[in-house]
Amino acid sequence: MYKAKVNVTLRPSILDPKGKAAHHALQNLGLNDVQQVRIGKFIELDVNADSKEAATKVVESACAQLLANEVMEDYEISFED
Amino acid sequence: MATFGVIVFPGSNCDHDAYHAMKHIMNCDVKFLWHKDTDLSGIDFLIVPGGFSYGDYLRSGAIARFSPIMQEVVKFAEKGGPVLGICNGFQILLEAGLIPGAMMHNQDLRFVCKNVFIRCETTDSLFTNSLTKGQVFDIPVSHGEGNYHINESGLKSLQDQDQILFRYSDADGNLTEESNFNGSIDHIAGITNDGRNVLGMMPHPERAMEKLLGSDDGKIIFDSILNSLSVA
Repeated sequence: MYKAKVNVTLRPSILDPKGKAAHHALQNLGLNDVQQVRIGKFIELDVNADSKEAATKVVESACAQLLANEVMEDYEISFED
Repeated sequence: MATFGVIVFPGSNCDHDAYHAMKHIMNCDVKFLWHKDTDLSGIDFLIVPGGFSYGDYLRSGAIARFSPIMQEVVKFAEKGGPVLGICNGFQILLEAGLIPGAMMHNQDLRFVCKNVFIRCETTDSLFTNSLTKGQVFDIPVSHGEGNYHINESGLKSLQDQDQILFRYSDADGNLTEESNFNGSIDHIAGITNDGRNVLGMMPHPERAMEKLLGSDDGKIIFDSILNSLSVA
């Protein structure tokens, strides 16, 4: 069993209004060192596979078909050791 | 007389409005189609209604797109069958890849529920061919994710192929910044696919059918559709 972690984020070229709103709120808290905030999604998948390569293929397929919308989002896959 | 099919997903909430509009105002035959149905026989025109299908989990329309009926809707559309997706229906058609682009959260993050003005941009479609180019309609919107996005080359292709059917405007048909309340690229309120048989629009023509309820401008759009179906 492989534990995959997927981060889905809006593409850098796309304005992230949630991130912007959170950034404003952080500035109101006085945390002026924060330069930018981007908000995304974190998804965990438990995958049955024989190898890490096979598990990666499954997770990539899940991301491309459902978990991320590649018109506006990027995704990053990592595995828990 | 054309028979309309209105698809019902768990979480649809404009399905009855669409049914009422087509059945009682436009006097057409209408059937509800459950998301687990796969039989579209006898249906001439499909409406994918608004709402919050599958609770908008993950992204609006992302889960609905994999429902059994959507596989049939894709086949129907690919054969040239006319499909109208309204609001969440538009989002589902985008996720299903029947129309290019994607929906983001409204630019100010607010759910907007009000009447807006949209302008007809082309009469070259079965949905708009009895309208007038530049004609302005008073139509309600009700969405949190209606900020239409597409990349530059995709936008150019929509413009070049005359696929933008409706843009947000003011009452006089001017494309002012305030009229584009959700931040959609190029004021896009409704677009068609390159086959011109699928329309996705965020505004709700099915909720603008009776003067008593504010506006009956939606009826003009359905008149145009019925006109096209009767001559087809």
